[in-house]
Amino acid sequence: MLTPLHKRLLNDYQRDFPLSPTPYQDIALELGVSEEDVIDAFVELDEQDVITRIGPVIPPNRIGVSTLAAIAVPETELEAVAQIISAYPEVNHNYEREHRFNLWFVVIAADAQHLAQVLADIEQQTGYPVMSLPLMEDYFIDLSFKLDLHDD
Amino acid sequence: MPVLDAIDLAIMRATQAGLPLTPEPYQSLATQLGLTADDVMKRMQYMADLGIIRRIGAVPNHYKLGYRFNGMTVWNVPDAYIDELGQKVGALDFVSHCYHRPRHLPHWPYNLFAMVHGKTQLDVDRQIASIAAILGDHNLGSDVLYSTKILKKTGFRSGI
Repeated sequence: MLTPLHKRLLNDYQRDFPLSPTPYQDIALELGVSEEDVIDAFVELDEQDVITRIGPVIPPNRIGVSTLAAIAVPETELEAVAQIISAYPEVNHNYEREHRFNLWFVVIAADAQHLAQVLADIEQQTGYPVMSLPLMEDYFIDLSFKLDLHDD
Repeated sequence: MPVLDAIDLAIMRATQAGLPLTPEPYQSLATQLGLTADDVMKRMQYMADLGIIRRIGAVPNHYKLGYRFNGMTVWNVPDAYIDELGQKVGALDFVSHCYHRPRHLPHWPYNLFAMVHGKTQLDVDRQIASIAAILGDHNLGSDVLYSTKILKKTGFRSGI
């Protein structure tokens, strides 16, 4: 269950987390609570996996190169192939999706050559061709995703 | 693209798992990296000014917040219109990511990707209808791929 403080933190601090020596203290002052309250609330959000982390969000391809890749695998082999793919440190997302292309994963590498190597290696290890769909344009408009935090 | 030095990259690596939940998180990072807190903050501000850091903040887990219907909507739109249309779709407040990606014919005819998130199937159906309305006659075909399982998700960019 989210408290009012949890909701404020979630709504108001998806961006503009202070770059100051004591950011939690700054937030506490803005919200009229104690620094300990803010830290405790963030720890709770983190422990409950409501937030994945607090930190800088990097747009794709600003540091290193990445691609969205997909693979079509028979249902019976899905789990084994997914495990092979998830084991790569260069893979930072791997989702099962309802489609003929049923595994979708993001690969991030330091440079294009290493990225190509990882994709080729995944093809070899899994025995299936990988469809690579690198980003061509990012239509991100800087409005954060609006969370509806009504309890339901 | 501006070049980051090894210290900038070390800071980004150290923050990808999350800032410490301690009173002086930048000082904790600085100690770990052999820097001062001031160095860490100045370099992060510099990277934010350049757009290498898009934002600094809490990264919500949509699924845990009740957004259980997460659809990757994919559309085939004429290349001549994709930038104009992509910007309109990307501006919708229920779209968290919107990208132009290459088609991969014959298996994959779609070039516009928009991630939508809803608490119910009906929410997502309405969102998809809104996108379709924006695309109008330029919508040459579409599909929605729902995630059935998150097999790995980490903010940690260990490939860099």
